[in-house]
Amino acid sequence: MKQTFAIGIGGAAGQGVATPGDIFAKILSRRGLNLNAYNAYQSIIRGGHTFLTIRAGMEKVTNMGDRIDLLIPLNQDSMDRHARLLTDGAACIYNSDTIKSGATADGVQLCPLPVSQLADITRNKVAQNTLAIGAGLHMMGIGFQALEEVLREQFKKKGDAVVSENVGVARAGYDYAAEHFKAFPKSLPKTENRYTILSGNIAMAMGGAAAGVKFYCAYPMSPSTGVLHWMAAHARKAGIMVRQVEDEIGVINMAIGAAHAGVRAMCATSGGGFALMSEGLGMSAMIETPVVVIDCQRAGPSTGVPTKTEQGDLWQMLGAAFGDYPRVIAAPLDIGDCFKLIPEMFNIVDRFQCPGLVLCDLLLSEGRLSVDPKDLDFNPLIDRGELITARNNGNGASAGAPKDGDYKRYRFTESGISPRAVPGVPGYIHTAATDEHQEDGVLISDEFTNPIKRRAMMEKRMRKVAGIEAAVPAPTLSGPRDAEVTLIGWGSTKGVLEEACEILNEQGICANQLQIRWLVPLHGDAILEILKGARHTIIVENNYSGQFARYLRSETSFVADGHIRKYDGEPFMPHHVVEAVKEQLSGKTKLSVPMHEIMV
Amino acid sequence: MATTLRRISPLTMADLKGKVDPDWCPGCGDFGVLAALEKALVELQIPSHNVVTISGIGCSSNLPGYINTYGMHTLHGRALAVATGLKLANHALTVVVTGGDGDGFGIGGNHFVHSMRRNVDLLYIVMDNQIYGLTTGQTSPTSRMGMKTKSMPFGNIEAPVNPISLALAAGATFVARGFSGEQKHLTQLIKLGIEHQGFSFLDVFSPCVTYNHDNTYQWFRPRVKKLEEDSSHDATDWAAAMEKSLFWGEEIPIGRFFERTDLPSLHAAEPVLNEGPLVDRDLHLPPEAVRSFVEELM
Repeated sequence: MKQTFAIGIGGAAGQGVATPGDIFAKILSRRGLNLNAYNAYQSIIRGGHTFLTIRAGMEKVTNMGDRIDLLIPLNQDSMDRHARLLTDGAACIYNSDTIKSGATADGVQLCPLPVSQLADITRNKVAQNTLAIGAGLHMMGIGFQALEEVLREQFKKKGDAVVSENVGVARAGYDYAAEHFKAFPKSLPKTENRYTILSGNIAMAMGGAAAGVKFYCAYPMSPSTGVLHWMAAHARKAGIMVRQVEDEIGVINMAIGAAHAGVRAMCATSGGGFALMSEGLGMSAMIETPVVVIDCQRAGPSTGVPTKTEQGDLWQMLGAAFGDYPRVIAAPLDIGDCFKLIPEMFNIVDRFQCPGLVLCDLLLSEGRLSVDPKDLDFNPLIDRGELITARNNGNGASAGAPKDGDYKRYRFTESGISPRAVPGVPGYIHTAATDEHQEDGVLISDEFTNPIKRRAMMEKRMRKVAGIEAAVPAPTLSGPRDAEVTLIGWGSTKGVLEEACEILNEQGICANQLQIRWLVPLHGDAILEILKGARHTIIVENNYSGQFARYLRSETSFVADGHIRKYDGEPFMPHHVVEAVKEQLSGKTKLSVPMHEIMV
Repeated sequence: MATTLRRISPLTMADLKGKVDPDWCPGCGDFGVLAALEKALVELQIPSHNVVTISGIGCSSNLPGYINTYGMHTLHGRALAVATGLKLANHALTVVVTGGDGDGFGIGGNHFVHSMRRNVDLLYIVMDNQIYGLTTGQTSPTSRMGMKTKSMPFGNIEAPVNPISLALAAGATFVARGFSGEQKHLTQLIKLGIEHQGFSFLDVFSPCVTYNHDNTYQWFRPRVKKLEEDSSHDATDWAAAMEKSLFWGEEIPIGRFFERTDLPSLHAAEPVLNEGPLVDRDLHLPPEAVRSFVEELM
């Protein structure tokens, strides 16, 4: 089992769950530990119940795990929801002035803090939070110095009085714990490693900046808004034009307009906004202007559960826009991959002049993960394909020699790729049309419909599919080839399935994993080749109908032995998968829908 | 070589002739708009490779195919959004958006309003024929009340939109109306609209000879009165322009209703574009920017 330590902080929105979360995250990260954080919250600015899990360890922490070691409920509601789930060895720090402890399992240490005796609560409204941080750190075996440093940074702007007030309160909690609470048996380890902590949204935004995105636009929509926030805040430093647009129809069309002028353009939204973008994707394909669109999935349909995660948009994406057209769809595997995928996607869509779709989800978009700064490559390979711009400015494109009237924007080629000149280049004047057109761009839709030309142009565009397939790697199997069970997942479930496999292997059930990153092209033959030897296959996904299972079947005729699905808004925890696998291997069922035990 | 020569030699009407001839119905008002646009570009002598004509979908939106500039024939109602992105990515280009009343005021109404308040630097010409032509004659947002069409055979019961008032209210910094039957006047308005730095809205009466038998050349000709011939008209007075925009009936004003030059256009207001068009930039980030992006996450 992974050696990790998880802190859970719960309370109402507006009660200050985020600040202690940030403080713990900073302290743990500065000890050189890997973190994974997930915030379960609701679409409410004040009130409700928010629960933040921060899990730390020496090795990579790929998911929020199964267990809370230290619970800090900031109100009675949070205590009632979470205390009963604590297990042997865990501790719960709470304000005994206002919160009554509930029933807990054997071996759980209850740590009541007499907050009004330890701090002046008339002056410091969040004293209970600061006391609990102090107490918690003592129990985790972390010196007070680390906390004092972070508090100084946190409250620096508010002046010395506020800093010393908070340091004093934290110290009181720290000292109180030393006298009254039992420390955790093992102090938290320390390493010399230093990590960045980033959300998937920040990662995708930075990945875009690294890829040379010069135009980003969006309409605010949870859980994609973090991309807009990073872009907007860093636009001037990164030299990116960032616009907030009237709606997602405007977003996709504006992005395509910018892309058509020759810059790399990107936008992000969630399922509802993506639905509005559908027609625009067809335009990108038809006029052969590349654009990258991110869909951060949330629980649907319709407005659904805006603050909860799901992998429910796969078929929307597969079916987006009418007609047949080439496009690329990929699902990032973790938060680090959110960064890495964007430059890769831009190179592919620039080469093949088509839309590229990134299927992310709330779990990655809003989750946080430690990423080694070395893995954030801000100088990725940039390949702009056959692009003709007015200037050769180090962006991979070359200014072509001036043509005079014989330039054909949609020239028939073996690859289906036609050299793309952007407006402003002398000698390459043409009109790009969403109507079907001939090689020079002239319409064959209205006055001169022509079945032969239509067929030829359709085939030209679709020839690009073979090139895309060759440009995208096939998925590979991780773990022993002859495992007893093969877990198949896509996108964000990578981390939790990895840990589930580890746990299964420890328990004597040999498991391996096939995680899909590129959804279109899928490489169905390669997948069949891998699965041919599998002994028991289970597809795990965060949706109701098994969208990937149905897609895989439609592309390959492959039918898995079983399915694990979850559509309650919360992500999988490792034990959900482990228990479901065991249930299925024993022949009890072919479809498991794990219950999310935590009410958040 | 020929290209180099062309850049030096003056732009002529022949240079602007498109690859194919318009397929509009004989007598369509759109011919007059295309001709006036070509004349305006010739008079302004803007190199044709620096002009982008962008349209949506509809009869009038076929225009980019008939003029030899860079062109985009986009989606129904979306031309302004596409044009905004294009202009921001390369603000050195002259952008002319063309389309019809259904395209601009119906399906594209949201982009119309927001493009105006953003003051995107482009000329938007609406060939307003008060009918849907390409779909064979349905009521449009500017069809008069009572007008009988295939979609409202018992007469339109919805009030039409007033494009000039709407543009003024939405903050367009140049608002004008032309008539396809008044070539010289229309050419002048197009020139003014292109030269204006900001959003220029030009609503053009462009009669549909096939489906609109109410608003014909004969109907417009005696009614249109040029604001330029009205000595009391002050195009810097927004309230007066708004009042004039409400005139409809025996006298219908055409000409420049309003223009203000004190507001920066969208691309001029954004410091990111100070160093020149985005399309000319190096794609790599400055190392000091990268350092700061990473440091703030540690």
